[in-house]
Amino acid sequence: MAKTSISSPKHVEREEFFAPGHRACQGCAEVLAVRLVLKALGKDTIVAMATGCMEIISSPLPITSWRVPWIHNAFENAAAVISGCESGMKALMRKGKIPAKKINFVGMGGDGATADIGMGPLSGALERGHDMIYVCYDNEAYMNTGIQRSSCTPYGASTTTSPAGKKSIGQHTQKKNMVEIAAAHGIPYVATACPSFPFDLMEKVKKASETAGPAYIHILSVCPTGWRINPSEAIKYGRLAVNSCVFPLYEVDHGKYRLTYKPSDKKLIPVSEYLKGQGRFRHLTDSDIETIQAATMKAYERLLRLSEQE
Amino acid sequence: MAKTRKGVEVSIAIAEAVRQADVDVVAAYPITPQTHIVEHLSELVADGELDAEFVPVDSEHSAMSVCCGSAAVGARTFTSTSAQGLALMSEIYFIAAAMRLPMVMALANRSLSSPLSIWNDHSDIMMVRDAGWICIFVENGQETYDNILCAFRMAENPEVMLPVAVNLDGFILTHMIEPILYEDDDLVRSYLPWKPMKNALHPDRPVSMGCFGMPEIYTEAQMNREMGVRNSYPHILDAWEEWGRLTGRHYRPVETYRCEDAEYCIVTMGSYGETAMEVVDMLREEGEKVGVIKIRLWRPFPLEEFRKAALGRKCLIVMDRAITFGGNQGGPVATELRSALYGMDGAPSIVNYVAGLAGRDVSRKDFRNIILEGKAKAAKGEVDGFTLYGLRG
Ligand SMILES: Cc1ncc(C[n+]2csc(CCOP(=O)(O)OP(=O)(O)O)c2C)c(N)n1
Ligand code: SF4
Ligand SMILES: [Mg+2]
Repeated sequence: MAKTSISSPKHVEREEFFAPGHRACQGCAEVLAVRLVLKALGKDTIVAMATGCMEIISSPLPITSWRVPWIHNAFENAAAVISGCESGMKALMRKGKIPAKKINFVGMGGDGATADIGMGPLSGALERGHDMIYVCYDNEAYMNTGIQRSSCTPYGASTTTSPAGKKSIGQHTQKKNMVEIAAAHGIPYVATACPSFPFDLMEKVKKASETAGPAYIHILSVCPTGWRINPSEAIKYGRLAVNSCVFPLYEVDHGKYRLTYKPSDKKLIPVSEYLKGQGRFRHLTDSDIETIQAATMKAYERLLRLSEQE
Repeated sequence: MAKTRKGVEVSIAIAEAVRQADVDVVAAYPITPQTHIVEHLSELVADGELDAEFVPVDSEHSAMSVCCGSAAVGARTFTSTSAQGLALMSEIYFIAAAMRLPMVMALANRSLSSPLSIWNDHSDIMMVRDAGWICIFVENGQETYDNILCAFRMAENPEVMLPVAVNLDGFILTHMIEPILYEDDDLVRSYLPWKPMKNALHPDRPVSMGCFGMPEIYTEAQMNREMGVRNSYPHILDAWEEWGRLTGRHYRPVETYRCEDAEYCIVTMGSYGETAMEVVDMLREEGEKVGVIKIRLWRPFPLEEFRKAALGRKCLIVMDRAITFGGNQGGPVATELRSALYGMDGAPSIVNYVAGLAGRDVSRKDFRNIILEGKAKAAKGEVDGFTLYGLRG
């Protein structure tokens, strides 16, 4: 494993760029992810954020939680807006209209904003090669509007528009693989992260910031409200997702796959450990869980193979 | 470029104006009849004649979104579209105005689908009438060139801070070759100095833009928006006045032609104005007391100027290039003008014609028919609703 620069709390930026007093639910790991991302990016950052939980809880006029310049425009266009900020600044600096300076241009959106309604603008921005980072906070549903399914909702999860019922398992489609879609654009840096592994997360954000060109980071963001778990358990469920291989931590750095964390034999757990206790999976039968177990390991083994390739 | 007169396509003249304005970002998506404008702009960038980022976006929705991002960091921003493109970007078109993001759009007016049509009418701009953009109509190539430049001065004025749409009739203007008097680059630079925007996004002065509005504050935010558009009015006049001082070409929110003793007037927006003037000249020779009222500034609506031009006439024949489906009262221009005059002393009656949909030609002969028939209708009191001119059996 490559040597990391953030491996203990003393390496972590002390300054907070996301103010306390925001209105997220208790135990929200999505807002924790926002806070960690900003710590890794530092002050010289401009954020464009999509409509969704994080936007609503951080910006009720006339209050704001943002200590870096921040713009919200609409639900589907954060990637386009930040690409406009980047283009504008690039021209202004090149023409000497404002002093040159390294700035992180960061688009942020939920899984709905990213994988569904904002897919076109995101793909366009990645393809155009802007020097930007796009962060997807994936809580696996449209939480802001009341837990509706998205294309990132996992198979078997019950949401308000994919309810489990006598004739339905709930979400009957497989989770859209945004990481592979982003990587298929041939952009220099793509990674997954989870705030339950804060150093790994911040390390990846730093790497994305140091990479010229577009970078994409997909963060599993546990949402106690939507997943129907106890607010005190968000960090625990993030760990369970990673240790059951449901959400592997890896990166695709200039095309090279690398698992940044491999659960040891001792830590590796069956998916049932992760699924049980979540209200959204309560209805699953043993055979459903077996199906999920098999699919999970198949995907993980593929990643293992890819990350072993030179 | 030094001051020169050149015979060029109006689309090319727009791109030249944008070059002279030293724009920083152009984001646009191809759609007929706007394409020549952005094609030429990308050429200017490729040849190094314009130092700008040309962002070849994935859709018009993204074009407007990129423009919002670019304007938010204080970069001079231009875009251009038509019909379906405007419809697709309409969500963000409203947001751009609400967030007070200055930018200039050349809107090559085209009919909205369906049926699909690439030709001209005003159904596209009327769809976003209430978005809060400054909205100008031009009637020939020179006016287009001039007003693209004036638009930047209006948009970026710190007292205004609004996006501006310059409306020009698709094909009828965009694809026409006209003699254009280009002003000197230096004159344009002095007319349009770039200044840093006060609350631009920058890490040295963090601001939050586009916050969420609870009911306690939404109403006030909307009033603020309304005042923003209304209060832009004197600054729009200033921008035109300064341009007139520099070039000798003057613009007014409402312009009149042979109206001094006119008992009745034809009211137009956009390229209709040119034909209307010719026909009025002919009718004047026949002894008709007729004039033309042209509405150049559609938003903010020049209520006082319009009333001044209209009151005391016997009737107005108002030309529309769009239908307010099911409104049962007339096209968008006529309904607005009727309401502007309602209950006023000396208010003329209004006869409304909708014509020229999807570029159907409205010739001098048609104008003559419309004017004379409209006058007769007014005399008979047939002033309700509208007539769809030239409708075939
Ligand atoms: C064009 C448009 N369609 C729908 C909405 C309503 N809407 C706002 S946020 C949201 C869901 C957000 O989900 P996600 O992106 O996953 O973010 P989360 O709230 O889960 O963090 C929806 C459907 C909207 N604001 N705009
Ligand atoms: S609904 Fe979920 S994601 Fe949204 S604020 Fe609450 S816990 Fe966070
Ligand atoms: Mg979500």
